This record gives sequence, structure tokens and C-alpha cells, in this order.
Amino acid sequence: MTSTVNDSAPTGARSPARQYRSTKVRRQRVRAAWTFLAPMLVVLALVAGWPLVRTFYFSFTDASLSDTAGAVFIGLENYLVYDSGQWYGVLADPVWWGSVWNTAYFAVVSVSLEVVFGVIVALILNAEFKGRTLVRAAVLIPWAIPTIVSAQMWAWMLNDQFGIINELLMALGIISSPIAWTADASYSMWAVIMVDVWKTTPFVALLALAALQMLPKDCYEAAEVDGIHPVRVFFKVTLPLITPALMVAVIFRLLDALRVFDVIYVLTSNSTSTMSMSIYARQQLVEFQDVGYGSAASTLLFLIIALATIAYLYLGRNRLQLGGE
Amino acid sequence: MLKKPLITAIALSSAAFAGASQAEAAELTISCGAVGAELTLCEEGVRAWEEQTGHSVDIVSTPNSSTERLSLYQQILSANSSDIDVMQIDVVWPGLLATHLLDLGEALGEDAADGHFPAIVENNTVDERLVAMPWFTDAGVLYYRKDLLEAYGHEAPETWQELTEIAREIQNAEREAGNDSMHGFVFQGRAYEGLTCNALEWVASHGGGNLVESDGEISINNTQAAAALDLAASWIGDITPGGALNYTEEEARGIFQSGNAVFMRNWPYAWALAQSEGSDVRDKVGVVKLPSSGENQSAATLGGWNLAVSRYSEHPEEAAELVAFLTGQEEQKRRAIAGAYNPTLEALYQDDEVLEAVPFFGELYDTFVNAVARPSAVTGDAYGRVSNAFFSTSHDVLSGNKTGEQAVADLERELSRVKRRNW
Amino acid sequence: MTSRQFSKLATRVGFWCLVAVVVVISVFPFYYAVITSFKPSSELFRVELWPSQADLSNYIQVFSQSSFIKAIFNSVLIATSVVFIALLFGITASYALGRVRFRGRSTVLLVILGVSMFPQVAVLSGLFEVIRGLNLYNNPLGLILSYTIFTLPFTVWVLTTFMKQLPMELEEAAIMDGATPWVTITRVFLPLMWPAMATTGLLAFIAAWNEFLFALTFTLTDDQRTVPVAIALLSGGSAYELPWGPIMAASVIVTVPLVVLVIIFQRRIVSGLTAGAVKG
Repeated sequence: MTSTVNDSAPTGARSPARQYRSTKVRRQRVRAAWTFLAPMLVVLALVAGWPLVRTFYFSFTDASLSDTAGAVFIGLENYLVYDSGQWYGVLADPVWWGSVWNTAYFAVVSVSLEVVFGVIVALILNAEFKGRTLVRAAVLIPWAIPTIVSAQMWAWMLNDQFGIINELLMALGIISSPIAWTADASYSMWAVIMVDVWKTTPFVALLALAALQMLPKDCYEAAEVDGIHPVRVFFKVTLPLITPALMVAVIFRLLDALRVFDVIYVLTSNSTSTMSMSIYARQQLVEFQDVGYGSAASTLLFLIIALATIAYLYLGRNRLQLGGE
Repeated sequence: MLKKPLITAIALSSAAFAGASQAEAAELTISCGAVGAELTLCEEGVRAWEEQTGHSVDIVSTPNSSTERLSLYQQILSANSSDIDVMQIDVVWPGLLATHLLDLGEALGEDAADGHFPAIVENNTVDERLVAMPWFTDAGVLYYRKDLLEAYGHEAPETWQELTEIAREIQNAEREAGNDSMHGFVFQGRAYEGLTCNALEWVASHGGGNLVESDGEISINNTQAAAALDLAASWIGDITPGGALNYTEEEARGIFQSGNAVFMRNWPYAWALAQSEGSDVRDKVGVVKLPSSGENQSAATLGGWNLAVSRYSEHPEEAAELVAFLTGQEEQKRRAIAGAYNPTLEALYQDDEVLEAVPFFGELYDTFVNAVARPSAVTGDAYGRVSNAFFSTSHDVLSGNKTGEQAVADLERELSRVKRRNW
Repeated sequence: MTSRQFSKLATRVGFWCLVAVVVVISVFPFYYAVITSFKPSSELFRVELWPSQADLSNYIQVFSQSSFIKAIFNSVLIATSVVFIALLFGITASYALGRVRFRGRSTVLLVILGVSMFPQVAVLSGLFEVIRGLNLYNNPLGLILSYTIFTLPFTVWVLTTFMKQLPMELEEAAIMDGATPWVTITRVFLPLMWPAMATTGLLAFIAAWNEFLFALTFTLTDDQRTVPVAIALLSGGSAYELPWGPIMAASVIVTVPLVVLVIIFQRRIVSGLTAGAVKG
């Protein structure tokens, strides 16, 4: 981990040396910083280091689940290989590309919706009204139920024959005959997105709420005195101030959404119309026993997520203030 | 990186320990069922064995979903760990797990599996090693509404054609009479292992072969198989709801049990539930073998579970004895009477006490004995891919994205690809 | 009524409608789970909006298993420890990353993030080997350790963002007084970071409380299982039957403590108002 010290430092504009920033204090602070980081980095290296290296290594072998010890190095064959007139490997598999597209679509749509709803919910929770405590607890319920249970619950409620959603929609006259939400390819992706948005909006809302709570109150008082419309206040004052916290919430939502697994798996199983990259990798790793091929898919998934994250951080660098102060 | 030497050390020391303590009481771990009736039955059997032998046995529960259970076993087995000595394995797993399992023919003698259904014994024999003992069996059957068929003057159907016509007639008549949610036939159409079972039954009962034959030859590309899949696709939207494309066993049972289906394909477990107190169809249900195309035999996919011993067990002999005890005549009879678990011993289907407890065991004896095994033994490691290709293709046909003819041709190509690499 | 009063009233009504919609959408599936948990198994497939009976057999069935109570205890122990570790490491690391400028800071942040970029199922086998190697298989410590893989990156990142937003003057004063970094963290930042810490702690708690795949793979015996695994391992009379009633009852039982936790911790979240006061 020490090698990272030599990496290029953020080149933020250095303000004229302030009084306290004497070399001695600086050095002391940097040393303290590394001391503080060390235990966390050690723990992460311990739990993540070997599993990640191993996955990377297996992606170049023909390991199978029942026999990982006898894995033989086969180069890039799991990724792409040309053999007697046909291309083989993850990169030549239309199902893989389908799952990449599904995942990207799912991630963009559901994370956008979650941010919009999350901020609205956070604004509600930030307002002063009677029964706020109970409403806060109620809003967190979707996030608190274990995913394996809530996804099953939704599968039950979305069932075409005895599901309550169809029953309610029909009673309200919105639809005339039951919809097969999870079976019909034209609805299943939306069903999955809806359940995910329901489940994770509280996550975004809670982070946005924490950011709202940490905002200085005086700006609002000033705005109120000046008689500025609340919507204008929100876009001009509130939103810019909570953006850094939202950006972080989005990063983690994006990482989760790009690796989405259990919601889709419970609702629609291995159906190709909603297959995500993680489901593809799991199918190869577990159901098809092909650790080599599955590891290759996992490594590609990692690369795609890494690229997406770097692109996101690059585009949002000014808002996120990753580099300088 | 410490792992390898550590495990070797544990293995060595435990081997030494096992050698030294041969005569003493062994501590075994068994995984059988999860909780509920299945676990209780297993527990009672295990306690009886403990009393008889003086060894002690721990029962660990495993996930109910069979894919999750399989991956858990594989995780433990591929670490060469002795955490579980005896495990309950699905009828399609022997090919996958064979290298990690003990040869029970060697441990218990060549005649260990005598008297069990030959089809299952053959299924559990991999490279001439008997890797698991049959414990209980399962096969697809057809449930029907006795009351409705009687009211409309029909007998239980023997061909798929009859089933389609009866289902359509009753469904439409019932809908006109005001029951809008009535359906003709429900089955398991989700893209998962259950669809492989269903589709294999359609294909085999049309004389379309067994997907992959026991010599490894791919037989799916024929007109009968295509016709079978086309027939199934024609049901969707006619006698089967569109939602069936995402049904597993429980969704199908839900519709049938609430009185909204004339026919259902399911496993025998649904019988006890459909007959339970408070069920809408109590005493209105009949069970027969699945239909065929007319010229061919009816076919039911073989299900069920076996008991196997891990090769890494510290007490292989005791574990094998426990397996022999649990799969023996006395235990199977007890389980058949108490829990309606289908025995794998032929003799028990003539046992008066068993037949008194579960009458349809006798009527469906032929179905159980002639059940069609999925091609798991011959395809080994590749079975997951084979089954996935089969159920995905069948799902495509059901959803109307492909014709049967196109589908079986595509499937043959896909399977040849898998075969070239894997079996 | 003047137009000003009218618009004020309309805003109020609109606000309460919004609150009602949000609450109904959030709670309805849970409400439905509660209703379902009071149904005997033969009634399950009947659609009802209001409970017609209160059948307690599902709850009795869940509580009659001693392993379920043990599982709740395990989950509380594991989730609490995970939160404690994540916050301890998180707050110190976020001070380093948020307040000190040093070479390689962005790299460290990216490396931490990179840990959350592999699908869980791909990490599973490797982590299984690590856990076995450390002899932590079937042990709560193994789960606590493995849960840091997803709680740490998240806590560090969130706390770093919040830490960065705190005004510079606070720290300058502390440094002028010659306080060490540790003292600065505990005396100056900790009181201001409470809302962020309560929030991330709560989110980490829930994540650890609900984790399934690791918990299933790294434990073996019933007395070491956590709640989601215990729920998933509830089963019906046979392999295919899904014991819907008991699953719903168990879900209701394990969700209630979390709701209580939110009600307790939300005071902490509210206390963040003081943080704003400092700047003014």
C-alpha cells in the first residue's frame, strides 16, 4: 500500500502558506493520516485482497467448481478465442452483451429515480411537522426488510393470478385484465426497477437528510426574509449544498445497481430479458460450474464498473472535490 | 496463502486421529432437509441410529433452494473440508459431485443397492462407482378436478390432445358461468430447472427422445420434439395463463388449490396440501399419470433425493453405515407412512401398511418406476449448461419467440457446442 | 379568504397528501406482510386488503424454534460489531482523507472504492478460503470480518465527504492550541459528525443485518446462523412448499427492532442542527 504515496498528488492551487502550516505540523499531520489509514487498509487488504486476486487469476484458467485445484492456464480463452470458424468466450456471447445492456439500463433508470424520489422524501422528512418521528421510521421500512424477503414479497404481490397489485389496479379500473408483471418481457424490467426503487429510495433519502441537517440555517432565514420562492431557494441554495453528499450516495447506489443480483434473481430468475451481469456471472460460476469462465465475466464486470466510476468521478470532479480543497 | 499447508495438516492429523479411534464413538454431521416435517422425519431416523450404534450425529440445515444447496455443498467439498459427512443430494447431482463422494459400493458391498429402483441406481452410478444411495423418489403427475370433469362428463385424459380439449371446454364454460379467473391447465413455465422437467415430459411422451441419450448423443432435433414444444406453446393464452411463463411449483399450486385450474402438472407433494383442511379443492382432486401423444408412453421426469458420503469425511465407515440405515427398508417404510415420501424400494409398493396410508402409491407405481431421468449422469459437469439451454429454448417457444422446429435445431447446435468443450 | 391564505392552505394540504402517499407506498408491502403473517396456510392464496382473522400459529411456529431466537442474538451481535468497527475506522480514515492533504490521497480513495466493484458471488470462494485459513469458519468473527468488505468503503467515503464540509476555522483553532490529530478528532469533529455517523451507522447496521450470501456460506450450524439465513431456511413440509406464513411472521419480527432503532437514532440525526449553528 505504501507505493501509492508516490502517486501524483492532487494539483489544487495552493493558497499562500498559512501560519500554522509550518513544515513540522504538516509532516506530523501526514504521518497521523497514514497511521489512521493503516488499520483500515490492512483489514481491507485482508478481506478483499486474496479474493480479488484469485478471481483475476482464475479468469485465465479452465477451473471448474468441482475441481479448482486442477486449474490449467489457458490464456485469454475465457474472454475471446477463435476456433474453427467461430468465436467463443464471454466477449463473443450475445447473452453477455444483453446482460451488459440490461444492467446499464437498470442502473441508470433506477438510480435516477431513486435520487429524485430520495431528495423529495428527504425534504419532507426535514420539514417540521407532527408525527415526524413515525414518518421517518415508516419511510425506512423498505430498506430495513431483508432483500431476500422483500423481493419474495413483491413476487407474491405482483403475481398475475393472486397478486394484490393486479387486484387493486383492476378495482381502481386502471387495467381491465391481470398483467403478468414478472413473466411478460415488456413489463418485467419495469417491475424489477420499481421494486428496486421502492427498496433503496430510503437509502438515498437518509443520506440526503443527513446532508440537509448539516446545512447552516441562516441562509434560509435570509432567503425567507427576502421573500424568495421556496422552489428557487431549493435549486439555488439547498441543492448545490447537498450535492457532494448526493454524489457519494449516487456512487454507492451505482456500484450496487451495476452489481444488482438478488432483486432480479428472485423476481425473474435467469430469464434473459432481465439478466444482469452479476446473474450472468453467477450462472457461469455456480450453475454451470465454470469458475474460469465465470471469473472472466466477473473481471469484465469489474472493469466495466471501474470505467463507469472513473468516468463519473471525472465528470463530477468539481462537485465532489476529490482532489484539492 | 496459509491455507494449503493448514488444511493438509488438519487432514493428516485427523486421519491419524481417525485411525487411532476406530473403535470409539464417532461424531458425524448430516445435512438432510431444512426444517419442518422433512427435518423431523430425518431427525427421528438419525436418533434411532444413534441409539443403535452409540455414535452421535449433528444435523445441519441447508437452504431449501436446490441450486443454493448445491453451491453450498460444492463450496465445502472443494475446500476438501470434513464439515459435513453425509449429505442429501438431488437426483441430478451425482455427475457433478462424483469426484468428492465415496464409492458406497465399496464401503457397503456390491449388493448395497439391491432392491432399489434400477433407474435411480443407474443414475447414481458414475464411472461404475455408486456415489449415492436412493432415499426417496419423485415424479411428475397430473392433478385434475374430479368434480369438474364429472360435471362435464369426462374421464381423466390419456393424451395431450384430450387434455387440451377438455381443459378448453371446461375453462370456457366456467368462465361463461361467471368464474373469470378459471384456467384450463397450469404447469411450471419459468426459465429454471422445473421447466426442464416439464419440457422433458412433453418431448419424451411424444417419442421425441431424452434430449441427450445415455451414450452422449444429442437427440433433440426431431419432428416429434418440435411438435411437443409447439403444442405446449399453443396452450399459453388459450388454456394456460400468460403468467405461467414465470410459474414455479408453488404458483401453479396456488392457482389449482384456490380452485382456478382444471388440470395441473406437479410433483406428488401437492397432494397432501390440496387435500389439507381449508383447501378450496379438498376431496375434489384426482391424480393420474401424465398424458402422452397417443402412440407413445406417458413420461414423468424423475426427481427425488439421495444420500451420499463425502470423501473427506473423518469417519467414512460410520457415515456409510448411517446412509445404509437411513435408506434401508425399515426407515423408508416409516417415512412413507408418516410423511408420504415415495420409497425407492420396489417391495414397499406392495406393503399393505404403506398402501393404506398413501393409496395412490399403488396406482402410480408404474409412473414412479418408469420415470425418465434427466441427462445428468452422461453430461456430468456440463449438465447445468445443457439444462439451461433446454429450458431457455423451451421458454422461447412458450413465449412465441421461436417455432418448435427452429428451436430444436438451434438447441442441437447449442448443445453440440457445449458437448465439444465439456463431455 | 385572501389569496395568500388560500395558497398557504393549499400548500399545507398538498404537503400532507405527499406525506400520506410516501407513507402508504413505503408501508403497504410491510402491512401486507403483517396481514399475511396472520393467515393460516390454506388461506394464503386468497387476496384480501383487510385482515379477516388473527391466526397466531405462524408466530408460534417461528418462536418455537430456539434457533430463531439465537439467530436474532447473532444478528444483533454481528451488526453492532460491524457498525462499531466501521465507524471507528471510518472516522479516523475520513479525518485523514478529508482534512489532511497528502500525496496518494485520491489513489487511496479509489482503491477503497475498488473493493466494492466485484460481484459478491465472485468474491465468495476466495473469501471462504481466507475465512477457513484464519480458522473463523462457522464463527461470528468470520462474518464480522467479511462484512467490513462492504461497510468500510461506504462509511469511509460518506464520512469523508461530510468531514470535508466542516469549516476550516474549527481545526485551525485546535491546531493553534497545539492539539494532536487524535484530540482534534475526538474533541472537535466527533460532536459535529453525529448526524453523519448516526446515518452511516444505521445504513451499515441494516446492510449487515440483512446480508444473506456470506452469512449462508460462512456458517454451518443453526446456532451460528443470522436472521436472513434463518428465515430462508424456514421451510414447509416438503421441498417445494414455500412456508409463506412463517416467513412473513419472521420478517415482521425482525423488522420491528430496526424500526425501533430508527426511532431512537433519529434524535441523533436531528441533533445535526447544532452543526449548522457553528458556522453562523
